Formats: sequence, structure tokens, C-alpha cells
Amino acid sequence: MERDEVILEVQGVSKAFNDFLALKDVTLKLRKGEFSALIGPNGAGKTTLYNVISGKFRPTRGKVIFLGREIQGLPPHRLVELGLSRSFQITNIFLGLSVEENLLCALIAYHHRGRSLLKPLQAHRDLYEEAEILLSQLGLLEKKDIPVRNLSYGDKRLVEVGLALASRPKLLLLDEPTAGMNPEETERMISLLRRLSEEMETTFFLTEHDMKVVFSVADRIFVLHQGELLAEGAPEEIRENEKVREAYLGGAIA
Amino acid sequence: MMETLIITALNGLSLGTLLFLISMGLTTIFGVMGVLNFAHGSLYMLGAYMCLQAMRLFHNFWLGLLVAPLAVGLLGMAIEVQFLRKIYDRHLTLQLLLTFAFLLILDDAVRILWGAGYHTVDPPRLLAGTLRVLGRPYPVYSLFILVLGPAVGLALWAFFYRTKVGMIVRAAAMDREMASSLGVNVPKLFTYVFFFGSWLAGLGGALAAPLRAIGPAMGEKIIIESFIVVVIGGLGSFPGAFIGAMIFGLFDAFGIHFVPRIHMAIPFILLAAVLLWRPRGLFGEEI
Amino acid sequence: MRVQGLLGILVLLALILLPSFLPIYFVLLFTEILIMGLFALSFNLLFGYTGLLSFGHAAFFGLGGYAAAFLIRDWGASMALAMLAGVIVAGAAAVLIGYLSVRLDEIYFAMLTLGFGMMFFTLVHQWREVTGGSDGITGFGSPTLKLFGLTLSLGHPVHYYYFALAVVVGSSYLLWRITRSPFGLLLLSLRENPERAAFLGVDVRRYRWFAFVIAGIFAGLAGSLFSPFDRMASPTMLHWTKSAEPVLMSILGGANLFLGPMVGAAIFFFLEHIITKFTTSWMIFLGAILVLLVIFFPEGILGTVVRRGHGKG
Repeated sequence: MERDEVILEVQGVSKAFNDFLALKDVTLKLRKGEFSALIGPNGAGKTTLYNVISGKFRPTRGKVIFLGREIQGLPPHRLVELGLSRSFQITNIFLGLSVEENLLCALIAYHHRGRSLLKPLQAHRDLYEEAEILLSQLGLLEKKDIPVRNLSYGDKRLVEVGLALASRPKLLLLDEPTAGMNPEETERMISLLRRLSEEMETTFFLTEHDMKVVFSVADRIFVLHQGELLAEGAPEEIRENEKVREAYLGGAIA
Repeated sequence: MMETLIITALNGLSLGTLLFLISMGLTTIFGVMGVLNFAHGSLYMLGAYMCLQAMRLFHNFWLGLLVAPLAVGLLGMAIEVQFLRKIYDRHLTLQLLLTFAFLLILDDAVRILWGAGYHTVDPPRLLAGTLRVLGRPYPVYSLFILVLGPAVGLALWAFFYRTKVGMIVRAAAMDREMASSLGVNVPKLFTYVFFFGSWLAGLGGALAAPLRAIGPAMGEKIIIESFIVVVIGGLGSFPGAFIGAMIFGLFDAFGIHFVPRIHMAIPFILLAAVLLWRPRGLFGEEI
Repeated sequence: MRVQGLLGILVLLALILLPSFLPIYFVLLFTEILIMGLFALSFNLLFGYTGLLSFGHAAFFGLGGYAAAFLIRDWGASMALAMLAGVIVAGAAAVLIGYLSVRLDEIYFAMLTLGFGMMFFTLVHQWREVTGGSDGITGFGSPTLKLFGLTLSLGHPVHYYYFALAVVVGSSYLLWRITRSPFGLLLLSLRENPERAAFLGVDVRRYRWFAFVIAGIFAGLAGSLFSPFDRMASPTMLHWTKSAEPVLMSILGGANLFLGPMVGAAIFFFLEHIITKFTTSWMIFLGAILVLLVIFFPEGILGTVVRRGHGKG
């Protein structure tokens, strides 16, 4: 992987909700293969930025360029095709379906098998094989038939990430993957993310509150504060950065 | 020709006024509570029938105009407290099914209580007869509606935008949780809003009684019309209800006059046009 | 799964043998149950599978019925042609109405389907010269079936019953296949979480539209089976009171089981049989039953029945 190739570029993005300016002229570049993280105190605009990148919101100003192509304003379902995927902070999965079925949905959508109306799903063996690989990677193989609503919170979050991974995206946005997890579950997620970033071609972009996670996996950190990009750099640089310290009131950064 | 156009416009605005009252109730209930009241047209119909009943008992339209909306409002309140309340936090589908169920119940109830035939109500003596408008006789009662409409609209606007209570209701419509955390008793607010919306429907019905034939299909027609109005204006929007209703009324009136054969299709053509060009409605929120 | 398959075969056998041991009254009743059951199954593709509550589904049922009636009355068409006409007309209407109705969210969908459904009702009710208005279309002969050059009369209740049974079983099988396809699973994802489905790459509007059209087609098929059976096509076939029937049937029988609505149709007719003994005001009871179900058995309406894998009975 050419480490210098820019995979995502956010150019001067601002986002206003009526009178409230959630994002102010944010510019950043993500490089292919680099595990990047977005941090910032509550209300900094992290999720809003994710929503703009992933097509949920249209920026009031500015552009989002993915692999050389402008994507701002494109509907979310188009982005998966292009290779951009995201997971959600609040678990956003298919509660009534089993773990395997959840992943199959993602795979069917990605491989455009939704056009198949009369051929039974069981006949699409390749989808099941891919699902099995994913399930192994996530460590959920034995639980594949369990309705997701019956899973533990930590396992639900795994499915959450799994859904986003299923399309083997070029860029994966992870919105607080460890939100609400206990230390044990967080450890599991950290090692999963580390493993995946080594095994897969995917570039990861993470946002987190848990600094331990960020410093365990990130190659590059972007700091957002009150809608503006405050600082960016390698983890050690960010740790030393005065402005960042101030923004967090000396609390969160370990 | 000019007179014809103006008279037709007056007819349109008159219809628009009635529609506005009903749509206002529908959109307020939706805006604040997130409930789409399928039974709203049936409440309007009940308002008309109760006015009829009041006329039969007391021979006084004004009494009917006072009592009917109140009765319908109370009925609405009862429905909200006893039934709707139980399913607020549940899936949307349940709420739709419930109000639809009440549509079925109320429509049939009307048929049982008053029979399947049509009735008419005369306008009160004060408003009976015609006046000369642009050289033509125009029903006084319709003029009354025409004046009443904007008056009620103004009163509602003043209520929602100039009083403290009104602002609370609007705030709750925008963000229920925020309103709750600011100390607003949301369940009580819901009950009052449902009463208010139902009262408006009943008022619309009572006012419509001297204008239209009162029959068991009244509710059907008006609920479709008010659905179209709120789609045009934007569901949950107060100005949308007004503008949407006026647009509907004008198109309808001009339609009856100029293209009577297809005038029934016009509301649906309008609806399709809005859905294709500006789905959220004129005043609805853009995503 | 095995048990359900076995049960299904037993029921099918019972249905096949039914005319041999029950009087004509029941043959007629079960013909109606089967046809309405298909109507309800088509509705449930939208409701139980895609999570969309349509209050105007009867429009497609009625349009199918009128198309079939026209063809039989004016052209002496056989059932095959009549059903084809029903499917085409209903399908075309569903393409149009579906496109408009899925543009926004589920609340608008409910409103719009009610509105458009009643639009078709009004059209059929008012256009006397073509549709006969409130009198509907009547005076057409017995339905016939042209097979291998022979014209078979389906006038006898038992013959029509077997014909309807065959069509309904065949259609149900097709619908079942659709629910078990990848398309079917995506519909479930739309029911569960349309937003997430979009972020997985599903064009939500398009899939909802497809589901709507398929549902409309099968409803039209059911309608085209019904009007020859009833020897009449009337505007009430398109009214929202008719649209309420598949809603109730699906809920009564279980919207989460594939054959739930079919069972619900049977329950529905059973209830109607009992209630109409006391009163002609059937709607008020339907409404009351619906209220009771919503308040006391909401899980029964929405809850998932434990099932293994991608299966729904």
C-alpha cells in the first residue's frame, strides 16, 4: 500500500443547523493504509463530520473527496458501492434477524444480489462462505444463529462493526465502536481492530472517547474542538500539544 | 368574467377555510405528538352531526356551534387518555393501526346512531340569505366562513407565536425531550393538544353543517382532503396547513368551475405534483 | 420446519378433500377464504416483511376485479386472460402509486396509500358510463377455463373452488419463494432498520417500490379471482373498509409467519360469521377488535416468532 496516497479529503467543510454552526471550515486528509482517529470533547462535532462524510448530511459549504471523486451530497447507499462504509455510535443493527442474517444483508446489498427474487438465499453459497469468514474474524461464529436482540451489548457492537466491514470497504468510518463497553469488551475490540488493520486492505478512520483505544491503534490523530480542527499529528505529538490539553481540560488524555 | 373569477376565488377560500381548521388540528397533533390521527375526519363528521342534533333539540345553531366542538374535543381527549397514551413509546405501526381502528369505529357509530341517509341544516337566521357581491347574490353564510377563517387563523397564530403556552407547544413540537427536561408535563400537554386538535375538527364540522350535506361519507372525503393539504403544506407545519388549505380550496373551486368533468382528479394531480417536485411540502423541513 | 411442512401438507389434503364431505355452503366459504387469504398474503409482503403499512391495498384488489369482470363480460374471456388483465392493470397502478408513495417515510406512506386508494374508489364509483358506478359490473356469465383447446366451465362452485385453490396455492408458493430469496432478506432489513440498510448500500426507495408492485400484482390476481366468483365487481372492492380486511387478517393470523395472513383470513371469516348473526355493523367490531389487539397484544402484532435461520414458517 502506498502510504502517501490520499484516500479521503475533507475540504473546507462547514455545516450549519439553522443558526448553530456545528462544523467550521474543517480540512483534513486521510492517507491510505494509515489508521486515523478523530478525537475531541463532547459536542465537538465528530459525529456531525462523520454524517457529512457518509452522506447523511450535506455540508453547508465545502467538499468531501473520496479517491479523487466528490461525494458530498451523495445518498448513503451510493457510497458503499464506491468503497466507503461506516458504523454507528448507537447500535444500529437488524435486531429481529440472526447474526448471520445481519451480515448476509450487508453482503447481499454489496454484491447486488437483491435482484434475485426466486432463487433461494441458501443457494447463494458464496455469500454464506464470505459470511463465515467475517463471523470468524469477529469471533461470532458459534453465535451465528442467535437473534441479535438476544446478544450481549458487546457482541451487538461487534455485529455493528461487522456490518460495516462486510463490504470490504476501502475506507471504514467507525463511530465510537467501544461506546458503552466494559473494559473486557473494549480490549476485545482493540485487538480486533489491530488485527483487522493488519489483515485487510481497508483504511480505518476511528472516532472515540476512550483515549486508551485511540492511542492503542491510531497512526495519526485529528483533534476537533467546537467544530474546528484544532490539531493533527502522530499520537506522541498530540499528547504533548498544549492546545489539545486545554481543550480537554487536562482530563481525558492519558 | 372578472366577477366569475372573483366569486370562484371566494368559493375556494371558503372551502379553504374549513379545510384549514381541520388540517390545523391534524398537523398540530402530528407536530407535537408525532401521531397521525386517521380518525380526524370522523371527528369532523361527528362535529357536524352533533351540530345537527343540537339543532334538532334546541333549534339554535349558535348553541350547536358551541357544544359540538366541545363534545368532539372531549371525545378526542377520552380516546387519547384511554387508548393512545398506552402506545406512545411503541412502534409507529401501532399508533397508525389504532387511529385507523377509531376511524372504522366512529364511521360506523355515526351510521348506527343517525342512519345512512343525508341531512341538511339551515344556517342561523342571522346568517341566512344572500348578499350582493359584485352584482351577484352570494350566500351570507359563506361570507361568514370567509371572514371567520382568517380570524381563527389569526387567533391561532397569536396563540402559537405570541403566548407563553403557545411557545411551549411549539417547543415541544420541535423537541419533546428538551421540553420535558425543561419541566413541561409532556403527557398532559399531549392530552390538551389532542383535545385542541379534536376541538378544531369538531368546529370545522359544525361550521360545515349548514354548507354541506351531512352524511356518513363526510369523514372519508375530508380526511383525504386534509391529508392532501398537509402533504402540500408540509406535515407538522402550521403555516403549511394554512397555505396548503387555501391552495387546495382555490384549485378545487376553479376546477369545479372550469373543468367539472375531471375536477375530482385535481387534488390528486396536485398531490402527485408536490410529491414529485417538493416531497416535503411547501413548508416542510428539507433533509 | 419439518412439523410446519407436515402440517401444511395435511391442511392442503384437507382442502382438496373438502368438497367431498362438506356442503356447498362451505365450498363457497372456503373459496372466499382462499382468495382473501391470497389478498392478505400480498398485503403482508408489504407489512410483515417490508414494514410498510398500506391502507389502500384494496385498490389493487378492486382494479384486478374490475379488469377481469370487463374481460369476461365484454369479451367472454377465459379465466387465464381475465387474470392476466387483472394483474396488468393492478400492476400498472401499483407502479405509479408505489413510486409516489415511497418517496417519503412510513407516515407519509400510510397517508398516501389511503388517499390514492380512495382516489381509485372514487374514480370507479363516479365514472358511471364505464364502470357502472355504484352498481358495479354485473351480468356476466360463468367463468371458463380454456385448456388444450377445450373450454371448461367453472360455473359450478366445486369446479371454481378447485381452480381457485390451484391458483392460490401456486401464487402463495411464488410469494414464498420471493420471501426466501436474497430480495426477501433485504425486505426484512428494511422492516428492521431502513436507515442502516441504506448505509449498507440498499436503495431503500427502490426496494420498497419493488415490494409495493409485487404486492399490488398479487392483490390484483386475487381480485381477478374474486369478481368472477362473486359474479360482480363493485366499488366496495376498492374502499378502505376493504383495505382494512387484509390488515386485520395479517394481524389476527400473525404477520411474522408466512401463512399467518391465510390463517387470519379463516379466523376473520369465522368472526364475521358469528358477529353478523347479531348485527350488520361489522366495521365497528373490526375496529374494536383492532383496538384490543393493538393495546393488549402488540407483541403479537410485531413480535418475532422464534425461528431458525432465514425462515418464516
